[in-house]
Amino acid sequence: MDTFVQQLINGLTIGSIYALIALGYTMVYGILRLINFAHGDIYMVGAYAGFILATSLGFASDPSAFGFVVTLVGAMAIAAAIGMAIERFAYRPVRKFSKMTTLITAIGMSLLIEYLFVFFFSGTPRSFPQLLPNDNITLFGNATISTSQILIFVVSILLMVLLQYIIYKTKIGKAMRAVSFNINSAKLMGINTDFVIAFTFALGSALAAAGGVLTAQYNPKIEPLMGIITGLKAFVAAVLGGIGNIPGAVLGGLLIGAAETLVVGYGSYIGIPSTYRDAVAFAILILVLLLRPAGLLGSNVQEKV
Amino acid sequence: MLTLENVSVSYGAIEALTDINLEVGAGEVVTLIGANGAGKTTTLRTITSLLNPRIGRVMFEGKQISGIPAHKLVPMGIAMSPEGRGVFANLTVRENLEMGAYIRSDKKGIAADMERGFRMFPRLKERESQKAGTLSGGEQQMVAMARSLMSRPRLLLLDEPSLGLAPLVVHTIFEAIDEIRAEGTTILLVEQNANAALHHSDRAYVLESGRIVMQGDSRELANDPRVKEAYLGE
Repeated sequence: MDTFVQQLINGLTIGSIYALIALGYTMVYGILRLINFAHGDIYMVGAYAGFILATSLGFASDPSAFGFVVTLVGAMAIAAAIGMAIERFAYRPVRKFSKMTTLITAIGMSLLIEYLFVFFFSGTPRSFPQLLPNDNITLFGNATISTSQILIFVVSILLMVLLQYIIYKTKIGKAMRAVSFNINSAKLMGINTDFVIAFTFALGSALAAAGGVLTAQYNPKIEPLMGIITGLKAFVAAVLGGIGNIPGAVLGGLLIGAAETLVVGYGSYIGIPSTYRDAVAFAILILVLLLRPAGLLGSNVQEKV
Repeated sequence: MLTLENVSVSYGAIEALTDINLEVGAGEVVTLIGANGAGKTTTLRTITSLLNPRIGRVMFEGKQISGIPAHKLVPMGIAMSPEGRGVFANLTVRENLEMGAYIRSDKKGIAADMERGFRMFPRLKERESQKAGTLSGGEQQMVAMARSLMSRPRLLLLDEPSLGLAPLVVHTIFEAIDEIRAEGTTILLVEQNANAALHHSDRAYVLESGRIVMQGDSRELANDPRVKEAYLGE
């Protein structure tokens, strides 16, 4: 029981991070029918932006809640700007060509970001400073929860509530939903669809960056290729939930996180060694594609002509 | 008010419109009739800048509008109710109307215009918080029309508002068109239902294979033997 609860807490922790990243995949897909393969790298960019802010503003040596908030919000803003720049200069010029062109551009963009970071910051992992005290709280028996895990839950939930508010209650959010349904009809309403698309990238990138900073508070090792595997798992989470579906991205993220840590905790009983943790997400992807391609919450996705 | 001057439009190598000259005067209701595939929707998409003319230009109130991004035409006073399923199915009826008023920020005026839309189509008031995708075809058409009025356009483009609707609903839609016109809005009405369109308009153009083959007073065209044979089924 202790082990189960412990693995579940750990799973939901990383699941929250997957969910934050998956939201960006799913929103961009919803609006452009594009799998933005560079999105996982934005998570890494967020972690580095946070690292640079925290060390250069002196928060590293003097941990405080204020320092954490500034680092988090600053990293989100920087990533939002970078996400918008990528959309503007890489994706927008090729949007009028086939979807394959945009997809390949996205893969190229992903590699470019990764190796620019290797070039400028070297491939050597850095240690992200601890901005808030990290204590373990014993729940019962051997099950514990750390304050950084609580932080991840609280911040993720706040951001998801805020996102829900933006999408359903604000004018720009309603415009995002309108554009995702029919971009030409949206233009006929006077909606500047280029702006809405850029805003969507900004929103998704900010959430991924929050994921990067939060992860770094839990597991401080950051390196330029950290977004590859996490990004792929978040992508699987978005597909599992139903790509284009926002609650689906959150559900998918939490399920992938939980499945992964439960394999670590219990896999050995059924002959799956814990080193297979990274394979879990992809096994799930294969099952989803075979059994329910539209995802758990997705309706039958109708491709637009 | 609106003029198309020698407009030709191509999709790749295929020419969809050839040398279209069309004029809509302020306060007029002008209809563009023609069979499926004649180029009616292409004409509207060209006017709203969703397509660009290969040759020729589109003028609105003395200014060239071809080449201007589609979303910038709404603040200039042009609105369009797109064909059949152009409503945002994932948004509620009220949200659809809010999107129609996207360029405006006067909350009171928007609320008043929304009430006006609900008065025009009382059925929509009942369906206010329903997703537009759950509505019948006729109700969706009402949403599209009410939505297009939310920007208070001076020129309203209607793309096949009666397509696929039951006769009773078609009647409601054409009554609404008369009402919109009575309020002083200029209308370009694209229709397959030539009979109704000719009875609710001042002038008409007949489009065939991307060319305007006939034009004139709607009442005269309704009595023209060629129009009668080809479009009115007589």
